[in-house]
Amino acid sequence: MFDAMGAELLARIQFAFTISFHIIFPAFSIGLASYLAVLNGLWLRTGDQTYLTLFEYWKKIFAMAFAMGVVSGIVMSYQFGTNWSVFSDKTGPILGPLMGYEVLSAFFLEAGFLGIMLFGRHRVGPGLHMFATAVVAFGTLVSATWILSVNSWMQTPAGYGINEVGQFVPQDWWAIVFNPSFPYRLVHMVLAAFLTVALVVGGVGAFHLLRNPADVGSKRMFSMAMWMAIIVTPIQIFAGDQHGLNTLEHQPTKVMAMEGHFDSHPDGAPLILFGIPNSKEKRIDYAIKIPKLGSLILKHDPDAPMDGLDTVPDELEPPVGIVFWSFRIMVGLGFAMLGLGMWGLVRRWRGGFSSDRWLLRASVVMAPSGFVAVLAGWVTTEVGRQPYTVYGLLKTADSLAPVAASAVGASLVAFIIVYFFVFGAGAFYILRLMAKPPAAPNHSLDDGPIRTAGIAPGSRVKSRSLTPSH
Amino acid sequence: MDIELSFIWAGLIAFSVLVYVVLDGFDLGIGILFPTTKPGQDRDVMMNSIAPVWDGNETWLVLGGGGLFAVFPLAYAIVLPALYAPITAMLLALIFRGVAFEYRWRTQRWKAVWDVAFAGGSFVAAFAQGIALGALVQGIHVEGRAYAGGWWDWLTPFSIMTGVAVVVGYALLGSTWLIMKTEGDLQERMRRYSWYLAPATLTFIVLVSIATPMLNAEYFRRWFDGPTALFSFLIPLLVAATTYLLFTGLRDRRDAQPFLASITLFVLCFAGIGVSFYPHIIPPTVTIVAAAAPDESLWFLLVGALLLIPMILGYTAYAYWVFRGKVDPEEGYH
Ligand code: HDD
Ligand code: HEM
Ligand code: HEM
Repeated sequence: MFDAMGAELLARIQFAFTISFHIIFPAFSIGLASYLAVLNGLWLRTGDQTYLTLFEYWKKIFAMAFAMGVVSGIVMSYQFGTNWSVFSDKTGPILGPLMGYEVLSAFFLEAGFLGIMLFGRHRVGPGLHMFATAVVAFGTLVSATWILSVNSWMQTPAGYGINEVGQFVPQDWWAIVFNPSFPYRLVHMVLAAFLTVALVVGGVGAFHLLRNPADVGSKRMFSMAMWMAIIVTPIQIFAGDQHGLNTLEHQPTKVMAMEGHFDSHPDGAPLILFGIPNSKEKRIDYAIKIPKLGSLILKHDPDAPMDGLDTVPDELEPPVGIVFWSFRIMVGLGFAMLGLGMWGLVRRWRGGFSSDRWLLRASVVMAPSGFVAVLAGWVTTEVGRQPYTVYGLLKTADSLAPVAASAVGASLVAFIIVYFFVFGAGAFYILRLMAKPPAAPNHSLDDGPIRTAGIAPGSRVKSRSLTPSH
Repeated sequence: MDIELSFIWAGLIAFSVLVYVVLDGFDLGIGILFPTTKPGQDRDVMMNSIAPVWDGNETWLVLGGGGLFAVFPLAYAIVLPALYAPITAMLLALIFRGVAFEYRWRTQRWKAVWDVAFAGGSFVAAFAQGIALGALVQGIHVEGRAYAGGWWDWLTPFSIMTGVAVVVGYALLGSTWLIMKTEGDLQERMRRYSWYLAPATLTFIVLVSIATPMLNAEYFRRWFDGPTALFSFLIPLLVAATTYLLFTGLRDRRDAQPFLASITLFVLCFAGIGVSFYPHIIPPTVTIVAAAAPDESLWFLLVGALLLIPMILGYTAYAYWVFRGKVDPEEGYH
């Protein structure tokens, strides 16, 4: 069975599968680390116990997500070598040092201060503990910066030469790190992480407000999250638009697939809202479209000509159906988030912000939407650049390791089983933590007897009476 | 000039692998020893003794792999396909043991399941690392710029022996770490285990040392003639001295000495492997120089490494210092 699929397809499925799991955790922990730093800072500043309660509540969830991010990330860093060794040999001189910097400047930083953040409050005191919490948040952002530089270089390579054995070699590090799509991708991804966490926090707050409208902690987190959503979503939509314009410049084929433009439009392209891409017949069936709007958005001129996939040789086209749909899912969710944020804003003005049950229910439903949008966005990005791993220069088919299909297939099956089992259990525990209201005294054991007071984590913090320094 | 640069990097990569082996060694060793204790407080204490630092310990593995990708991409591209099965097994095992740190505090009913995950994951990861080491020492078949051997080349009696050796050695690191970090009954038990694990580890060191020069005439030559023959006397001598310190530390019931002596044993073995390998990065054909990335890559990362590694060592030491002393059995998880 594996031989029929071929090593290349299996390796691609394996990569897509493992990275899709991985990205869920960093997207969560990048945003959550910053949120925790803010909560801890607010607690130290105001002395308001609610902030500390929320910090302790989200800290446990963060620790879970972070551990899952670490173990799934280690898989990624070795998978380049096991399945994509030709790619590794060729791009190593450029991408390797960037990832090396990620390890040295971000992963160690996070790991070194994580222990103090999670376990050390009463050992180092509030000041150093705040410092450690901030450092962890900073580390997650540094990590995102380097890895997105890596990914962006593969999308829009710059500053390189090619040596006699066919390796990409660095010529200008500045141009490599700050390659053309990097700033856009970094901004868009970091905002995505913040937004994802805002929606989760808001959803959890709303969930508890539906059951207990007087819960102070839930009210506080719901309000914080909705502020975040209404501020960040418009910025994210703007950043996404700019990102798209940048992609049009550097990867026009990807945009053709996203827009569903099989044909060229010499006098103004329509915006296709929905439809069913038919790659065989090279057209969009049942298309609902708005004339000229496509050119207006992408070229700021309704009559600007736009090339379509008919200008691209068939074997260099990405799979249109996937890209077309994943892009619409992301954009659709973006506007849904905007709608939710505005609804919240209106309720704040008109009153009933934390008691509008339909707003609360909508927030619960939207809680996972950030993850879906992140995955959809990445599928657009990565499938849209096919058939290349290094855009225009190195084909996916030429990146593969000399591996047997049976070996890749067997490891793929193992990854699928282990990931669903392990991360499924993790997701379950996280959901169970979220199902408890923030003020519950003991979050550590959820289906067993409460442990003796001496071991219960909460009691220790309180018994040492950690009052803020001022 | 370029020769020196790639050698500096070979040293740095070797350094991070060594730090990994020592730090994650005792970390994995605790997992290997897990089944010898009953569920309950002892296991909680064992886990808590490493909970704040395990992530940092494992990051050295990422640096070893990531560093190889960065400065010796050819070696990375050859070794990983060659060791496909053991590496995949190690990655999966690390997933199980990594998540167990958090998961086992989140459930009562399934706590036993995650204890098994922690112990099994630690064991498999250690065994896979040992097999990978053995397979590398045996040599890897390369043609052009790619691995050209079979899918089961890594599996031989020698690699199984190194696999077991690493498991036993890590268990020794774990038991001596716990002598240092715990008190009372648990400490007593670990001291007793160390009395078995120490001779077992030494036996494997001797076995592997005898087998290695016989695998390959090149190793034999490096160990027994030429200037490197000096090491053939020096290293066994130092091993003997360290063994003395290890046993007297156990006998005199010292807290830290057995652990420090065990670490030193690992450092010496590592130096021994270095003698066998040099100047190759993948025996028997790929040299350090041939596998190195261009100088621009080496320089670019070296600047950061020289700046950041001392800082990393600094704050890692600080983190260990914050959590110094005996583990308090009354202290809960976060
Ligand atoms: C909460 C998450 C989220 C939301 C609401 C949006 N995006 Fe997005 N998008 C991402 C999360 C994301 C992402 C996961 O972060 C991606 C994948 C790669 C990247 O750089 O960002 C992405 C990629 C991505 C790309 C592909 C760029 C490329 O591959 O070259 C475009 C054109 C857009 N986005 C545009 C938009 C627009 C116009 C949005 C307006 C509603 C939008 N995104 C909302
Ligand atoms: C984190 C979110 C990401 C997701 C969800 C994602 C998803 C995907 C998917 C679905 C593919 C398969 C495309 C296809 O085969 O048609 C792919 C390919 C690829 N991605 Fe990503 N990607 C992500 C990030 C990254 C990053 C950060 C890198 C590099 C550092 C990367 C490197 C690659 C490579 C090398 C391939 C080519 C191999 C292949 O085609 O499977 N990806 N990715
Ligand atoms: C193929 C691409 C990727 C590789 C090889 C990779 C590698 C890794 C590794 C090895 C770790 C564990 C670090 C540790 O030991 O502490 C990790 C964690 C992490 N990664 Fe990735 N990663 C990739 C994609 C991404 C992307 C796309 C992002 C975000 C934009 C990201 C952000 C993070 C963050 C913030 C962490 C810290 C742990 C966590 O937050 O859960 N990574 N990654």
